[in-house]
Amino acid sequence: MHNYTIAELVKGLQSKKFSSVELTQHFLSRINRFNDQYNAVITVTADQALQAAHLADQRLAFGSAPALCGVPLLHKDIFCTKGVRTSCGSKMLDNFIPPYNATVVENFEQAGVVMLGKTNMDEFAMGSSNETSFYGPVKNPWATDCVPGGSSGGSAAAVAGRLAPGATATDTGGSIRQPAALCGISGLKPTYGRVSRWGMVAFASSLDQAGPMARTAEDCALLLNCMASFDDKDSTCVDVEIPDYSASLNKPVKGLRIGVPKEYFSEGLHPGTEEAVKKALADLEAQGAELVEISLPNSSLSVPAYYVIAPAEASANLSRFDGVKYGYRCENPKDLQDMYCRTRSEGFGEEVQRRILIGTYCLSAGYYDAYYGKAQQVRQLIEQDFVEAFAKVDLIVGPTCPSPAFKFGSKGDDPVAMYLEDIYTIATNLAGLPGMSVPCGMVEGKPVGLQIIGNYFDEARMLNVAHQFQQVTDWHRLMPKGIS
Amino acid sequence: MIIERHEIEKLATLSRLSIDEKTITDVTERLSSVLDLVAQLQSADTVSAQGISRPFQVSQRLRADEITEGNHRDEFQAIAPATDNGLFIVPKMID
Repeated sequence: MHNYTIAELVKGLQSKKFSSVELTQHFLSRINRFNDQYNAVITVTADQALQAAHLADQRLAFGSAPALCGVPLLHKDIFCTKGVRTSCGSKMLDNFIPPYNATVVENFEQAGVVMLGKTNMDEFAMGSSNETSFYGPVKNPWATDCVPGGSSGGSAAAVAGRLAPGATATDTGGSIRQPAALCGISGLKPTYGRVSRWGMVAFASSLDQAGPMARTAEDCALLLNCMASFDDKDSTCVDVEIPDYSASLNKPVKGLRIGVPKEYFSEGLHPGTEEAVKKALADLEAQGAELVEISLPNSSLSVPAYYVIAPAEASANLSRFDGVKYGYRCENPKDLQDMYCRTRSEGFGEEVQRRILIGTYCLSAGYYDAYYGKAQQVRQLIEQDFVEAFAKVDLIVGPTCPSPAFKFGSKGDDPVAMYLEDIYTIATNLAGLPGMSVPCGMVEGKPVGLQIIGNYFDEARMLNVAHQFQQVTDWHRLMPKGIS
Repeated sequence: MIIERHEIEKLATLSRLSIDEKTITDVTERLSSVLDLVAQLQSADTVSAQGISRPFQVSQRLRADEITEGNHRDEFQAIAPATDNGLFIVPKMID
């Protein structure tokens, strides 16, 4: 059952080939057997899952259940889950049990989806390797001495390792697309405002966006149908009509104009990755798409702009963690200042503290204009590059990451080496555009991701192209060793 | 760009973080490396750009000034580190 796609599981549940309880027991048993190898799941909600599966089976028996009713999923541990620990991968929230559900969790619960548990992640979603989690690193199912990517590394590894057919994730600078690429699965970051951020622990509020991870584009469409909603509780949620993302998957790609940014094929791109991406572009061309060379001239400034804007927003967002109302509090504080300082230094890991310090620096008097103001201006230039590109093309396609999964610890002590992992993904977050990654090849036994960037609220077209690509390729069907 | 040790100490105070003696050299070095990266922004010609704080000029909606939530004090205080009689307890601030 673990090799079925979500679309196949939906059919199986609706035709009573198997029950939700059987399916849930199967995935719980896989988590129990294999999670030690991957460290992808940090909380398993077995009793709650079986109870939800029983209810789903009852709804399915009546014949009027929503599409995803009875399908088991995992949630990234950044989404608040009522009565279930939501740690955000941090010691700071190791004891945090939210009294409410995030809107994304609520949407899935209303649809009868079964939550199997919560996935590991980089602490507060800050990282590209899942090495910053308080609960230890996640291992890539394709090569357990390599990282799964981050920050949604637990979700990606769980889907690749067949511990769940799909998972929720979030993306602030590439945290859905990069781990999806490194783990050989499909993942989609929607347009900013498409999915509610309510109940999702905030990292950088003008960049954060939730999205689905699954093995195929067809499954991502099914999950996005449930995740996307207009939410009064999130003032940045945009009230734009939500299409049925499954409806246009089968449209031919003939005649589509696909932009290929020349800046995404420059120095630093692994030759094997470049070859795989160029082969994928040729496949799309063979299907009738027209390839158009484009330029995104300010793309090299996206990483520097991001590392001002994201830490600036993070330093403000994370000021709420002070040991007063919830989360970790240090032992025996001597006064209020001591409590604040020790709570935060003991509760946050090294990378989170570094980003708070950078953000505080960039926002401080005397530096604000030179850093934050300048980064906002560069952000506008980057957005304008995309606006001009989308006047000429329907989609933009290129690599998701510069290279395949790297070994643990191989980025050394220099944080900048890690930050450059997201060189091709960050610009879409700055512009608020949707982007996705689908598997498009293998290099040194590890997967390569193809990034598809769409215009605002054009997720349906991205999913259409990704699905058509998956009709003529089988990269998404490959399995890591040891999984049968 | 080199950031000085005293600046790190000031940032730590502003950020309510304690940085111990053993790690301050490493913190200073790594922060300098990140500031070198972001210094690349200075080369950008941004004369034509006003700057944006969020994507595609999306503006935050306002809502009617109405109460939409009930009182959840007990639920929220149940997960607090220390409470007493409906109050959040913190170390003494004034002698």
